[in-house]
Amino acid sequence: MPATMFDKIWDSHLVTARDDGRCLLYVDRHIVHDATSQAFAMLDAEGFDLRRPDLTLGTADHYVATGSHTRQNSDQIKMVEDLKKNAQRNGITSYGSGHPRQGIVHVVGPELGFTLPGSVLICADSHTATHGALGALAFGVGQSEVMHVLATQSLWQNRPKQMRITVEGELPFGVTAKDLILRIITTIGAGGGTGHVIEYSGGAIRNLSVEGRMTLCNMSIEAGARAGMVAPDNKVFEWLYGRPFAPTGKDWAAAIDQWRKLPSDPDAQFDSEIILDSPDIEPMVTWGTSPQDALPITAQVPDPDTLGDSQRCHAGRRALEYMGLSPGTPLEEITIDRVFIGSCTNSRLEDLREAAAVAQGRKVRVPSFVVPGSASVKAAAEAEGLHKIFKEAGFLWSDPGCSMCVAMNGDAVPEGERCASTSNRNFEGRQGPGARTHLMNPAMAAAAAVTGHLTDVRYL
Amino acid sequence: MQRFHKHRGLVAAMPLANVDTDQIIPARYLHRPREQGFGDVLFADMSFKESIQVGIDDSQGEEVYSNATILVTGENFGCGSSREHAVWALMDAGFQVVIAPSFGDIFFGNALKNGLLAIKVSEKFTEKLFSEAKSQKDLIINVDLPTQIIEFERSKIEFNIDSFWKYALIEGLSETALTMQLENEIRAFEAKHANHAPWLQNLPKGTEE
Repeated sequence: MPATMFDKIWDSHLVTARDDGRCLLYVDRHIVHDATSQAFAMLDAEGFDLRRPDLTLGTADHYVATGSHTRQNSDQIKMVEDLKKNAQRNGITSYGSGHPRQGIVHVVGPELGFTLPGSVLICADSHTATHGALGALAFGVGQSEVMHVLATQSLWQNRPKQMRITVEGELPFGVTAKDLILRIITTIGAGGGTGHVIEYSGGAIRNLSVEGRMTLCNMSIEAGARAGMVAPDNKVFEWLYGRPFAPTGKDWAAAIDQWRKLPSDPDAQFDSEIILDSPDIEPMVTWGTSPQDALPITAQVPDPDTLGDSQRCHAGRRALEYMGLSPGTPLEEITIDRVFIGSCTNSRLEDLREAAAVAQGRKVRVPSFVVPGSASVKAAAEAEGLHKIFKEAGFLWSDPGCSMCVAMNGDAVPEGERCASTSNRNFEGRQGPGARTHLMNPAMAAAAAVTGHLTDVRYL
Repeated sequence: MQRFHKHRGLVAAMPLANVDTDQIIPARYLHRPREQGFGDVLFADMSFKESIQVGIDDSQGEEVYSNATILVTGENFGCGSSREHAVWALMDAGFQVVIAPSFGDIFFGNALKNGLLAIKVSEKFTEKLFSEAKSQKDLIINVDLPTQIIEFERSKIEFNIDSFWKYALIEGLSETALTMQLENEIRAFEAKHANHAPWLQNLPKGTEE
């Protein structure tokens, strides 16, 4: 029977299945971070040992300071220290602040080759779908599930449904993976992928860089999906080759052979299929408080009464009130107070290059922050001089971490301020109590920084 | 985990779709140890009076909400972040049941693992509960897990629940304990897996911090 890539990975990781449909999946890779201390406390309380420390990797990201500007409190500092203690006690390799491999879990896992095609990976973070860009099946889980994986290296799951989203053709000038995923979320809705694993396919997806595929898969959860994935190809294999935890020698050759068999068979069946036309897509920005509230930068703030059913209209009115926006205002006329370029969605070298290309020779009009996704991204960016471009333009060049995307480390958008952000969530209060977030791609965020308002970077 | 059998309780109605876990509990409280509790910061940043109707006039919303044990809300409840604290905050604030047309997948799993009964019903049914909660003083409903029935006034509906979760909730089953009994199966799988994809089982040792 023809199988999807998901079927192949799922079936090859099935330890056992119960009559009621619950499947025990083997977990190849587990990444812990500084917001998983409760799971370690549960492990201790239950008296279980960590089964496979060798398959578990730690990195501090949620609570780390990103520079002297970070107003970290003692609780936040303790969370970073707890990760170190828990890792040492349990024999886990873990990277703390200042370590050359430290960074955001979803940046570090792939760049170290810890994430591999055909593997099952879990992490206590909803953006774990990012790793699917390499052809892994990667789930975000809660603390109880983390504890379960620490103790058993396996996870109970019901087999999800499968959705394929196909985008053919070429993305137009100025349109990135971020715009594509925002467009997908507006098309299927914030709950449109619930209960599903999404496979992204088609020419426009294949043309994306590995980093671009990570941005795409990263936001699968904003459409409600359990995971997102892209079939691995030569681009992925070349990208992975020689990375610290990637297989070597004979293993590498055998791995490549297996990975080439991962893509979905031509006649494989999906529970649902979505087809998008790439030439239609424009740079997107969000206007509301859900990632599905996104529109092309050329559009206007919508009239909430035209959004659909009564609940949707009510949500739209509430969102506009929170965001301090009026219907009919051209999106380009919205002035901003702050810019954040970073997060597991858009903090890789390619993202920083795109932002720097816009920042070069210009000056920021508002406080603007660049937070690289990892120490190694930061070093690579500095090696090509990007930090100089950013600093000359007036950006603050920071140390790696989740920072202002989730505002858990002391970096936050002050109440009432409006932030152009390359992160993944524009929820109420996400970037700090009362903060107003507009999501967009890195070049668009840099353009907003230098003009002081939302800007169509194609015409800057 | 906490066992669930039957529950009779006061409804808090929150007729909003896509209530994300950042709304349920803001990120700045997540560092707390589990035993400190999260009930006091449930919906900390939400404008509560606007969001939650409990049947009586909104000015008294907070008082009644403190007695409510059943939350009825809109579609895609608990979307967003995987934080299990969202479930802990609801339970610590006294909620035992959440009823919605749909839930974020991770939240749904987290809820059932902790003994918070998350029930998926039709949108028509939540609409009915919203209007009942709005029009009458205190709406009390009965939830019976063994028979899978929600009952209030003269209405009675049957709800679906995965047979595994029904059993786990009634028995207060610990999933980890269940898996521990499968140690031989896991070990056998690991041996087979190491043969099939050795690079997944033996990874190069990274540098210790």
